Amino acid sequence: MAEAVAARAEKAVPRAPVLRGRHDFPEISGRISAIVLQGRLPRFFWAAFFVCFAFVLLFLYSITYLISVGVGAYGINIPVAWGTMISSFVWWIGIGHAGTLISAVLLLLRQPWRASINRFAEAMTLFAVAMAGLYPILHLGRPWFFYWLLPLPNTHMHWPQWRSPLVWDFAAIATYATVSLLFWYMGLLPDLGVLRDRAKSRPAQLFYGILALGWRGSAFHWARYRTVYFLMAALATPLVVSVHSIVALDFTFAITPGYHSTIFPPYFVAGALLSGFAMVLTIAIPLRWAFAVEDLITLRHMENAAKLMIAAGMIVIYGYASEAFFAWYSGQPYERAMMAQRAVGPYAPLFWIMLFCNCIVLQLLWLRSVRLNMPILFSIALIINVGMWLERYVIVVTGPSRDYLPSSWGEQSLTWLDFGILFGSLGTFFALVFLFIRILPAITIFEVEELIEEKSGAA
Amino acid sequence: MSVIADIKPFPAADLAALRRAATGREPWRSLDELADTAEFRRFVEEEFPAIAERLPLSLDRRTLLKLMGASLSLAGLTACSEAERIVPYVHQPENVVPGKPLYYATALSSDGYGIGAVVESHEGRPTKVEGNPDHPASRGATDAIMQAAVLSLFDPERSRTPLKQGEPASYGDFLKDMAKLAGGLAASGGQGLALLIEATTSPTTKAQIGSLKQRYPRLRVYRHDPLAASANEQATAKLFGRPLTPIYHFDRADVVVSFDADFLGEEPGRLAYARDFARRRRVRQSTDTMSRLYVVESTPTITGAAADHRGAVKPSAVEGVAVAIKAALEGGLHAASLSPPSLEWTHALVDDLRIAGRNALVVPGPHQTPFVHALAFAMNARLGAVGNTLDFIEPPDAMPIDGDLAALCQAITTGSVDSAMVLGPNPLRTAPSDLDVRKAFSKLELLVHWGLYRDETAFLAQWHIPAAHELENWSDIRAYDGTVSIVQPLIQPLFGGKSLPQLLAVLGGEFNADMQALVRATWAAMDEAGWRKALRDGVVPNSASAPVAVSMPADIGAPKPHASVADRLEVRFVADPWLRDGRNANSPWLQELPRPLSKLVWGNAAVVSPATAQRLGLENGQVVNLGRGGKDIDAPVWIMPGQPDDTVTLSLGFGRKIGSVAALAGGYDGFALRTTDAPWFADSLMLTARDSSARVVTTQHHQAMEGRAIVRYATLDAFRQNPHFVREGVPPAPTESLYPDWKYDQEAWGMSIDLSACIGCMACVSACQAENNIATVGPDEAALGHEMHWLRIDRYYAGAVDDPDILFQPVPCMHCEKAPCEVVCPVNATIHTHDGLNAQVYNRCIGTRYCSQNCPYKVRRFNFLEYQEFDKDSAGPQQAVHNPDVTVRSRGVMEKCSYCVQRIVEKRIRAQIENREIADGEVVTACQQACPTQAITFGDLNRKGSGVAREKAAPHNYALLEELNTRPRTTYLGKITNPNGLIAGKPGTETGNG
Repeated sequence: MAEAVAARAEKAVPRAPVLRGRHDFPEISGRISAIVLQGRLPRFFWAAFFVCFAFVLLFLYSITYLISVGVGAYGINIPVAWGTMISSFVWWIGIGHAGTLISAVLLLLRQPWRASINRFAEAMTLFAVAMAGLYPILHLGRPWFFYWLLPLPNTHMHWPQWRSPLVWDFAAIATYATVSLLFWYMGLLPDLGVLRDRAKSRPAQLFYGILALGWRGSAFHWARYRTVYFLMAALATPLVVSVHSIVALDFTFAITPGYHSTIFPPYFVAGALLSGFAMVLTIAIPLRWAFAVEDLITLRHMENAAKLMIAAGMIVIYGYASEAFFAWYSGQPYERAMMAQRAVGPYAPLFWIMLFCNCIVLQLLWLRSVRLNMPILFSIALIINVGMWLERYVIVVTGPSRDYLPSSWGEQSLTWLDFGILFGSLGTFFALVFLFIRILPAITIFEVEELIEEKSGAA
Repeated sequence: MSVIADIKPFPAADLAALRRAATGREPWRSLDELADTAEFRRFVEEEFPAIAERLPLSLDRRTLLKLMGASLSLAGLTACSEAERIVPYVHQPENVVPGKPLYYATALSSDGYGIGAVVESHEGRPTKVEGNPDHPASRGATDAIMQAAVLSLFDPERSRTPLKQGEPASYGDFLKDMAKLAGGLAASGGQGLALLIEATTSPTTKAQIGSLKQRYPRLRVYRHDPLAASANEQATAKLFGRPLTPIYHFDRADVVVSFDADFLGEEPGRLAYARDFARRRRVRQSTDTMSRLYVVESTPTITGAAADHRGAVKPSAVEGVAVAIKAALEGGLHAASLSPPSLEWTHALVDDLRIAGRNALVVPGPHQTPFVHALAFAMNARLGAVGNTLDFIEPPDAMPIDGDLAALCQAITTGSVDSAMVLGPNPLRTAPSDLDVRKAFSKLELLVHWGLYRDETAFLAQWHIPAAHELENWSDIRAYDGTVSIVQPLIQPLFGGKSLPQLLAVLGGEFNADMQALVRATWAAMDEAGWRKALRDGVVPNSASAPVAVSMPADIGAPKPHASVADRLEVRFVADPWLRDGRNANSPWLQELPRPLSKLVWGNAAVVSPATAQRLGLENGQVVNLGRGGKDIDAPVWIMPGQPDDTVTLSLGFGRKIGSVAALAGGYDGFALRTTDAPWFADSLMLTARDSSARVVTTQHHQAMEGRAIVRYATLDAFRQNPHFVREGVPPAPTESLYPDWKYDQEAWGMSIDLSACIGCMACVSACQAENNIATVGPDEAALGHEMHWLRIDRYYAGAVDDPDILFQPVPCMHCEKAPCEVVCPVNATIHTHDGLNAQVYNRCIGTRYCSQNCPYKVRRFNFLEYQEFDKDSAGPQQAVHNPDVTVRSRGVMEKCSYCVQRIVEKRIRAQIENREIADGEVVTACQQACPTQAITFGDLNRKGSGVAREKAAPHNYALLEELNTRPRTTYLGKITNPNGLIAGKPGTETGNG
């Protein structure tokens, strides 16, 4: 009865609150750190982890197979020499972007609602970038020489060819991974201090104690911490735009029809945010339910993420429209034919499924009731994830499969290895998320406490 | 040493047995021969039962080669008992400089006729076949099959040892058996013995058969060549009283009419014909003239594709067209005559023929009826062309023959033949299906088979003797015009093979005849200097047959009446262009070389026209059951524009499963439906569609140019009106670029390809594969689009689907000045060289494949898997075929056409040593060298007046996709055709820029 009243009250207010209910510092610290420090986790947690772990094994097997046999085990061919390795790479990079946006951009914009979701969003970024970083290597014909992309002075007399977007790509991803890691770790420091103080066992105390780097929570510490954290955020913010823009340049730079389009950098960034927020929701909705932290990760978070999705999604739709329009407007027969073939050619089913996922389904998010309905929101997030993967795949394959000389037209197929690596990496990603939840506080303790402080101060 | 140490603990008995095998009366020629003895097999069975199980005709190459390794080391052990005389280089042999190839002239056989070749040999290892410029049938060009000769030489599945009743035996035992046989023959005068030979023009063989027949008067000699056509022989015998062979002079012909003759693709003189034909169609300025070609054909061929007017009719209708044209030529055509393509067409053609007069040429197709030949010869005679564009010579392949395979089977059945020696052919596979050769041959008391492979006939034979490859033996051979070449070996027989003259000598009682001596004896009249000159030049001077004067009888007879059933499907048999009758089926190069028109690889299909497919509801790859004369086969359908309606073309040569490469290929066996009475075409083919489909692998999936200016073409009239027609209606090429232009202080290499000259014969692709160590990938990989050819010939159709224009375009790397691949490679693996090449640096490549994604021409090829064998123990003999001047690429790297950079470098080094510039025309790429029509010109663009610079100055020179500003160094000369303006559908001013 009381719950129903509360729910009705919640609906009545124009915005759901960032935090629900009354909290104090020890309660928050205790609840969040208990997920990490309490000895036993629910059975479903481990069950889910082992399902993911099975996919980790699939991932390892697929990579081993790939390296021993060669990239011919993928469905790629001539003319379509890029395949799922590139599309999944772009997809993973996009997923990472939401984390950076939440943690850095919203921090700079002083959006308080980011507090309870920024930690796992950052973790998500980190793991997504880790997955993304593997893909270009697994894409290579000779993956063991991937470091030749680095400007290392060596006896090979080998030096990167700086005009190639792949070199920029390599630098962009490496920067992104480094900054994301540092930013994430920096944000963890105060919480690691909390965990150290609350840990009961000696190994846990040692583990968190070392990681906490001597954090004592003094005013000096906090002052330094604030400065550095904001500086890091300022560093990370441009990456939201630059990394995916550079990834987009891999395509834009090429003269292949369907690749050669200046709309790609902004459109890829918007797509990244769309898929990134979809992934945030994909993780957050089960997380808040499973660990009963619905009062910390509230409907307000969910709704805001959904709103960002529709904002990014509308830019993406604009991107689709402009891509099609400029293919026609260019007057280039090759671009026009490629665009027509995208809609009616051998990859047309994928194209139309993609449009359905990213354009039609997305529109449901205009409805507030949909944004507040967790099962539907979760489903939409999953559909958008699929749609965004398809978008990248359609871009990667349709251009070269219908390029300049019709004699070379052809399609690639997908093999078990394409799927093995895709699903293996998904499993690895989620296994890492599980490990993260197990080992580190998935919700930022001190920022939630700040929220409580602000809230109580305001009250 | 370790291997020998490993095998020490063998029981002494085994070693003794092995030694016995090794120290028999007949010395073993090769270690392999020894290793294949029964003793050795027993030993293997005892010691390595796992391997022994896989011994008989194992398809597992790796195991076979492991075993070979073991057998060789064992054999080496046994050989310790007798010292072998091995002389190392104390003084280096004259002329052999390690790293510098030597070239030897010889000739390769094509359906029995010789085509001159110059074979490159690296330290005694033949690696590349080039044409012999001095040879009339080659003129420096080669075809695709000749290129593959070096690969078949090193085929590890060639027969390696004599077999008696299927068991390895020694050649000495064979000689013993033969001595016994010869003894009996001498007494009986050869009673009961028959020889079965294939088509051959060898004077030595002819002389040997002649002397054998003298020695054994009752010896019978039969000939079986599944691809031979008898129509010409029959027609000339009837017209002129004796068989004569026509040879054509396309260089003198203004108007050519072909009745189902694929003279550019099939006939023994095709390379010479193609050269002559192309020379008459070379247009560089508006004052140049062209010959005109009319083709009436019953299945699409490259000759049809080269035609100015092409009519596709059912095979049985060709005769009717010929009759009508002859009637029109004699002024007697009226509407009631047999149905030509159209009256208008016929009159236009006949007017052309009349104007050309003695410079006209009518060519009958070898697969057509004798009456078509008679008609064609009569037309030539009437036009005065005989003696000008057409000559008759004594048949170069004339042999004292008693009959064909059917006659042999008949003789066996009646009991007049009880022993047979099959010398070359494989009748069990290639016989007409109504002839039960197996049954007949099973009655033989003795069947000896001599051949390169242990084929079906070899399995039935009591004795099988491995043949020496044509690059291993001494022989002689006549070209299409009768010119003789001496065939000299490039290498000692790898597997102890014997030559045909040796086998025939054995029959004559010469058991230890030397290969060379037998051939030299034929040419005993030649002095030593002359012999050496003939060997060096590759031709025996003045040996071409002189034209024979003929008089055309007024009465050329009448066509054989045949009940033409209009609504029945007809079947047309053709030999696969590369596998021929199946003899090349174990060659991966030829299996994977796309067929000129269908672009099919690793299999054949039943070809039908689009209209017929529509009528019968067939689609590509669908399996149909084809029945004829009580036999039936299942074959996948392939729909080909330009195929006559209601005609199914079946190709011979596939469906053969002997040899691991042949076993990989798909396709059906066309011989199953072929009968004695109708070897090339027949009616009443039953076609039943099945619900299943079979894999048909093609390397080109789209046939139309989609309105793009890819192959630019025009008629001669249109060219004269506007020599710059290639610029019409296409956007101007941009000139601005972000990057500065390259500077060339030395050469700037470039290539020009004349699309008017290209006949799509694929010789260049095969030559490129041989020169550049290009891997074959097999049918599964080819089906995925992983084929590796650096050079491809695109084939487009334009115009109506039932009567299309067929356009060929060779596409090598364009070596762009502003190469899209160069800017995207992250590791500098594809770079611009100082002389304009777009070079691929294999050991820098990490395989991002960005270059291929960004290549608008899609000429880059990627090693998706490890396509080449790098383990020297398991690589097998084929690794010997590799060109040592070209890197063998491993997996994960990109590769592409290099403009044969190794040839450029070789010439540059030579020029630098001699302190001079590289001369124009000195560097010849492999594709250019092989091209029979000289469509490809290569050279230095910086040099004023160089051949390639002149070609590029032609008004119809254009670059492919020039609007992309890639600035290709490979450019094309637009295709110019010369259709008759009076024939509708081919207006005289047509151009086609997409």
